[in-house]
Amino acid sequence: MTTTEIINPENLVYIKPKVLNDNPMHYCPGCSHGVVHKLIAEVIEEMDYQEKTIGIAPVGCAVFAYKYLDIDWQQAAHGRAPALATATKRLLPDRLVFTYQGDGDLAAIGTAETLHACNRGENIAIIFINNGIYGMTGGQMAPTTLVGMKSSTSPNGRTVPLNGNPLDITKLLAQLDGTCYVTRQSVHNVANVRKAKKAIRKAFENSMLGKGTSIVEVVSTCNSGWKLSPADSNIWMVENMFPAYPLGDLKDL
Amino acid sequence: MAKIKGAIVVNIERCKGCNLCVVACPSKVLSLNNEANSKGYNYSYMEDPDSCVGCSACAYVCPDACITVYKVRV
Repeated sequence: MTTTEIINPENLVYIKPKVLNDNPMHYCPGCSHGVVHKLIAEVIEEMDYQEKTIGIAPVGCAVFAYKYLDIDWQQAAHGRAPALATATKRLLPDRLVFTYQGDGDLAAIGTAETLHACNRGENIAIIFINNGIYGMTGGQMAPTTLVGMKSSTSPNGRTVPLNGNPLDITKLLAQLDGTCYVTRQSVHNVANVRKAKKAIRKAFENSMLGKGTSIVEVVSTCNSGWKLSPADSNIWMVENMFPAYPLGDLKDL
Repeated sequence: MAKIKGAIVVNIERCKGCNLCVVACPSKVLSLNNEANSKGYNYSYMEDPDSCVGCSACAYVCPDACITVYKVRV
């Protein structure tokens, strides 16, 4: 059987979700954002929530998420996505409200908003992309940057006496009573992509069931910021990021 | 035993040649083309189409969702 015979609608097993539109993404080649966008689109499509979903875009590379996912969007000031999501969910409780934030957005500038929204137990889902640096602005050090990790503002590597310890904010959020589901995932291979999709689905379902705040951290790569190829970034992430940010559920009520 | 055959279609203009699908493919089917698309990226293509089993690994890891997978039992 030739390739052209196999390429037939009845043999289709995987296609781009319709919620993800045809605009070419501006992300660098190999960026984890694309995979997470795709997973969110698949989950929304499977839950049939396209008309009832409101995403809150962050400041950072994913600020343009509204161009790629065909749902309603709001765009928050830097770090304030959980505050905006709180208002959106309280005014429109029948909608699925999620925020999509990077580590600079969630763990540095928006720490207060994040902690308090989680502590209040707002019925929102937070997708947290942790790549250890400020990717959009040129790879500066973020609170999540690993000890010894080089960034454009720590060219000799982060040191504890000068820069302090890395902030494991997901572990912190798991301690709060308002959170119902806190998990850490990655999207570097097929098995983890599937797990991450399940986690996102669970977070979205929890949000609609009114169980509290769900946080899905996705340990990600920023190959441009890390100055590595996409494939090497995945290897670097497995070797260096995972020991500091181990994958798995931190809380599941 | 039934044999499974697969095939993929790459959206050439959407592909950024990040090479992640090439690394993810368990059957070593994919490779980056010497030709580039209109943006200058060497897009992914099936170098060895006969080995494809339609497992969708390439499509799962593709950050730009440019791979469509087909699978058939023969």
